[in-house]
Amino acid sequence: MAHLCGVIGIGQTKYDAKRIDVSMPGLVREAALRALEDAELTFADIDAVVIGKAPDTFEGVMLPENYLADALGAVGKPLLRVHTAGSVGGSTANVAMSLIHAGIHDRVLTIGWEKQSESNAMWGLTISPPFSVAVVAGAGGYFAPLIRAYIARSGAPEDTGIRTALKDRLNALKNPYAHLQIPDIDFDKIANSPMLWDPIRYLESCPSSDGACAMVLAREDLAERAPAPPAWVHATAMRSEPNQFSGRDAVNPQAGRDAAADLYKQGRITNPRAEIDCAEIYVPFSWFEAMWMENLGFAEEGAGWKMVYEGATALDGDMPINMSGGVLSSNPIGASGMIRYAEAALQVRGQAGEHQVDGARKTMGHAYGGGSQYFSMCLFGKDKP
Amino acid sequence: MRDVGILSFAQSNARSETRNEVEILLPVVKEALVQSGLARTEIDFTCSGSSDFLQGQPFAFVMALDGVGAWPPIKESHVEMDGAWALYEAWVKIQTGEVSSALIYSFGKTSPGDLAETLALQLDPYCVTQLWPDADSVAGIQARLYLDRSGRSERDLAVVAARSRRDAVDNPHAVAKGDFDVEKLLAEPYRTSPLRDHDCPTNSDGATVMVIAAADVARVLSKRPVWIRGIDHRIDPPALGVRDLTRAPSAELAARKAGVGKGRFDFAELDAPYTHQELILRDGLGLGDDVRINPSGGSLCTRTLFSCGLNRIGDAFQRIARGDGDRAVAHATQGHCLQQNLVCVLEGE
Amino acid sequence: MSGAREPIKAIVTPIRLEYDFTAGRAATLFLRGLEKKKIIGARSGPGQPVLVPPRGADPRTSELAQEAVEVSDKGTVVTYSVIRVPSENIKFDLPYVCVNVLLDGASIGFFHVLQNCPLDKARIGMRVRAKWVADDKLAPSVASIEYFEPIDEPDVPYQKIKENT
Repeated sequence: MAHLCGVIGIGQTKYDAKRIDVSMPGLVREAALRALEDAELTFADIDAVVIGKAPDTFEGVMLPENYLADALGAVGKPLLRVHTAGSVGGSTANVAMSLIHAGIHDRVLTIGWEKQSESNAMWGLTISPPFSVAVVAGAGGYFAPLIRAYIARSGAPEDTGIRTALKDRLNALKNPYAHLQIPDIDFDKIANSPMLWDPIRYLESCPSSDGACAMVLAREDLAERAPAPPAWVHATAMRSEPNQFSGRDAVNPQAGRDAAADLYKQGRITNPRAEIDCAEIYVPFSWFEAMWMENLGFAEEGAGWKMVYEGATALDGDMPINMSGGVLSSNPIGASGMIRYAEAALQVRGQAGEHQVDGARKTMGHAYGGGSQYFSMCLFGKDKP
Repeated sequence: MRDVGILSFAQSNARSETRNEVEILLPVVKEALVQSGLARTEIDFTCSGSSDFLQGQPFAFVMALDGVGAWPPIKESHVEMDGAWALYEAWVKIQTGEVSSALIYSFGKTSPGDLAETLALQLDPYCVTQLWPDADSVAGIQARLYLDRSGRSERDLAVVAARSRRDAVDNPHAVAKGDFDVEKLLAEPYRTSPLRDHDCPTNSDGATVMVIAAADVARVLSKRPVWIRGIDHRIDPPALGVRDLTRAPSAELAARKAGVGKGRFDFAELDAPYTHQELILRDGLGLGDDVRINPSGGSLCTRTLFSCGLNRIGDAFQRIARGDGDRAVAHATQGHCLQQNLVCVLEGE
Repeated sequence: MSGAREPIKAIVTPIRLEYDFTAGRAATLFLRGLEKKKIIGARSGPGQPVLVPPRGADPRTSELAQEAVEVSDKGTVVTYSVIRVPSENIKFDLPYVCVNVLLDGASIGFFHVLQNCPLDKARIGMRVRAKWVADDKLAPSVASIEYFEPIDEPDVPYQKIKENT
């Protein structure tokens, strides 16, 4: 990378089913202002804005960023709107980081958001146009058979997902921004929750949330002078593949493996499990944690579920995953990828409060979207690369 | 900054298509790749622009991946914007040094929906959209203000329309074309005053593909690369009552940043879907009478939404590439009344 | 009018947009076939994978995939899930099993619903066949296949279809 980039401000909104207390501009500003305050800056200090969200049908506004231009202090500035399905929060951050890496801007505000309570997210995800050649059963209906296939391949015990869900939901209790916080959560509560798309139970699924997450990025010398230690961006990677073709492995997608390999190569990581202290990865249904452990090379193929069973991914494990409670606890779709990045950055800045992993120096943010086909990833470091 | 050149450009536009988006896009991708001299697998980065609401489906861009070739997995991104901004993202990616070549594409079918109505969704959702002001009427408000303040007339608008359509005759990719008499045009009724049909865009379906590369790659593949000398984009406030609609400050600023104002230009391709907007842009960018505007016929004649901005840049590239000019301004717009603008300066080697 | 009024927190703003969709060549091929109780896939050339439903291009190579190939309406379940949540598009009683069927002759799975099979008997490798609607209800629509149901053929061993799961 030509120019080093540091994350110097992070802001999140409280995630909730319906943020009826704010309008769309109010929601994005809540995150943006928090990120700016964290960096001790104002909108005037920002050179460009990169905003991302998922389909506009979730809010019923076409290209809402045009409407949000003044709310985001973007008037007179370059404004880009990224949309890469579920991975959008991550890819939006990647694009914003490119602007710093390329030396084009000094400080960039990036934000991922979704106010999906405005419209109907379930409907938004399953619109079936005429001449549809497919039978559509919603996101869960698409992913559940993949999970069933993973279980067949790996021999994973049927309650693997419950363990991940329990861990994420306990972590959420330590995150004041999390949407779903169930104080008396336990294994049985999850196991007894209604089965939705076998083997995904209700409490093993992500909620539908409103929310926004923002980061202020700065070039090296400005980041050095920021009020709090920056999270240095060591590497970013993105890969995409088609969602269906002959010979496709949708359970352990090549695009995910390639993106991770690219990330590790750039970050000079040879043993990800040992060298990365913790990670925030996109797990919208519990089983994806086990699957992504393999896809990201933290576990051998077929052994991802063992990490879950061993407690390796717990907050006090050797590879904590989703310390914030993850997508299972808060899922404003357009923001979720950015939240992963932001939470990973918070860890190296020592700002993750009750869900801080002690001594985290190298962390990873990850997002995926579509039919497990779009992947964005980022490596953060407490020290410069 | 690394010098970036445009290697190739291909487009497809039609008043209405029965093919689906992938079927339209695929041959255009092939054409652009062949012209570029690069194989699909030699492209480092792919970036596209499109809109879900235009398509009437969420995740509209996902299917297009089939046409572009995403196997083995590729570095790829997408903006919910005109392809011109996908070009910008790709240009930035090359500047980071991470990649040296990029394929940019955009696509959209305007025929399935009522575009003017759909675009009402691009306004303030709380106070304005519910009045359902169609895009033509909103443009009409701007045109009214512009004519009143500038002293220009409806005749001046009709002249733009007639000239554009005559020029479009020479453009095989243009949709509306022909010889039109200004008096006859003025005798037509208003669509939404002061705009008549000829003042409004001819919306179309299509796809557009462009291949760009950093200088070291471009010089190997092209005898005479066309360079992107400057590129910038800016946005103005959305609320129609808050800004002076008779100007496009964001276009003026983007133009200054891109290097317009330094040196002469042979022609300009301006993404002005409405006739009065061409005049606003011409004035704002300081383009004198010696600069030919929209020799392609412009977006007025061929408005494949989300591709038409990239088409302006592509048309400018092709004209320079075949020796019909050395230096041009190309512009893309988004949002109502020229709210958001991208400007680039192209120059032949 | 008197007294303080509650600020308005939300308004309902109905939106209605109409789109005239065209099926495109690939979908037309497929849907017209269904009308005749045929399942038509497409490939980009002889020896190339047969994609069902056809998509216009072969995603692996981005070549146009326009050569029509009829596949069987019998196939093997490569993965499945029991669905217990209603969906706007599917009218079956809950719970039902959704299946990914590798139709004989096709190279990729075809997503549909399984009926006439106890939930706990759904399994990877089972053989199924399409149940078509009555002749007078056939139309160029995916609804011409009502569902898939088990047939009396031995299961395909997991090893043979592992690649497709």
